[in-house]
Amino acid sequence: MVTATKENTLISASSLTCIREERILFDELSFDIQEGDIVQIEGPNGAGKTSLLRILAGLSRPYAGSVLYRNEDITRARDEFNEDLLYLGHLPGVKSELTAEENLNFNLRLSGYDDPDIRDILAKVNLSGFEDALAGHLSAGQHRRTALARLWHTTSKVWILDEPFTAIDKKGVETLEKLFIQHADNGGCVILTTHQDMGVVSDSRLKKIKLEYNFD
Amino acid sequence: MKRGISYTRAFMTLLKRDLQIAVRHRGDIFNPLLFFVMVVTLFPLGIGPEPQVLTRIAPGIIWVAALLASMLSLERLFKADFSDGALEQMMLSPQPLSLMVLAKVLAHWLLTGVPLIIIAPLLAVLLHLESNSYGALIATLALGTPVLSLLGAIGVALTVGLRKGGVLLSLLILPLYIPVLIFATSAIDAAGMNLPYDGQLAIIGAMLVGSLTLAPVAIGASLRVSTN
Repeated sequence: MVTATKENTLISASSLTCIREERILFDELSFDIQEGDIVQIEGPNGAGKTSLLRILAGLSRPYAGSVLYRNEDITRARDEFNEDLLYLGHLPGVKSELTAEENLNFNLRLSGYDDPDIRDILAKVNLSGFEDALAGHLSAGQHRRTALARLWHTTSKVWILDEPFTAIDKKGVETLEKLFIQHADNGGCVILTTHQDMGVVSDSRLKKIKLEYNFD
Repeated sequence: MKRGISYTRAFMTLLKRDLQIAVRHRGDIFNPLLFFVMVVTLFPLGIGPEPQVLTRIAPGIIWVAALLASMLSLERLFKADFSDGALEQMMLSPQPLSLMVLAKVLAHWLLTGVPLIIIAPLLAVLLHLESNSYGALIATLALGTPVLSLLGAIGVALTVGLRKGGVLLSLLILPLYIPVLIFATSAIDAAGMNLPYDGQLAIIGAMLVGSLTLAPVAIGASLRVSTN
């Protein structure tokens, strides 16, 4: 594991406050995420896990506080941060009118990858034979895998994944967990939410951020 | 893994994808066009076939119908991408968001604006448009419909997060459409009377240049606000 120093801090959140529907989801939340970290954000439904991930990805603005990427505010260095970020939300952004192959090809090209070997990448997520199937005709799990396939072809260091294991079978979850460890060992970081127990990523490896449901 | 950020390639990729989706979803292209054709053909039936009356109102009818057809089709511009998460991915791509939305608006215009321009002269025959006015009709539509798409997209971006944004959208963008309507119909009228109409065309051209440069930034900012 990489030791924590100032230089290898990828993301630091400082005193984040998020208010939704007049309810304080979290208040003065600060943490640092280093290279090599796998961070799970825990909490009951409605605690603000997705809101936190969206703030970290720069999709939402916090009520107060800021998110720094390599000591620069992500709203100021947006293009640089986006180049190094891979965010997969609740909604995977897979177009049902396009085939699995076209979807992946589009997503990779939009992120700037030249001529990726699409069939090869789809094979890694067990979608061989479904390359030309319209995404709308795929099962929920396969639909999800089409979006997740990007994880196998990326140079982005920061992965922010909202419930990546939804609709994925046990073996698929294991493969994903191994990929997370490999990515973290290569100096990246993974921030995710899940309600499933992870088997491959050991508890000592996993960092947790707990959000509580606040009543007021 | 080869990676290089190229604005042109990202622009073309998105443009191609939007056109591809539209081709597989043909109804989206034909609905506004059908609306345009129906409105224009119904007018002579309702008003009566006197050529003088039709000639007088032809520019207005064609332009109002084009304007409403454009508005009708606009609502879908960001809806699908918003509801399946593709919009978020677009916002997080390493290219500027204004470039991405420009590609989307261009695709939208190619699919809804260009067919209108092509079919308008045919419909003008139905309305006995003055024969000198055809050039002006095509020129105003060619310069004006992109303005409608660009300005409309700002309204769509502002209302994309709302469940029932339809009425609000019309209220937001109709006032912005009115200048285009006024100058376009006045150009066609002037052409019908053999008067020069390059002044009006120049103003619509200026609106096009202005919206082409400023609207993408406004659309991008509006999207960030409404998905916040």
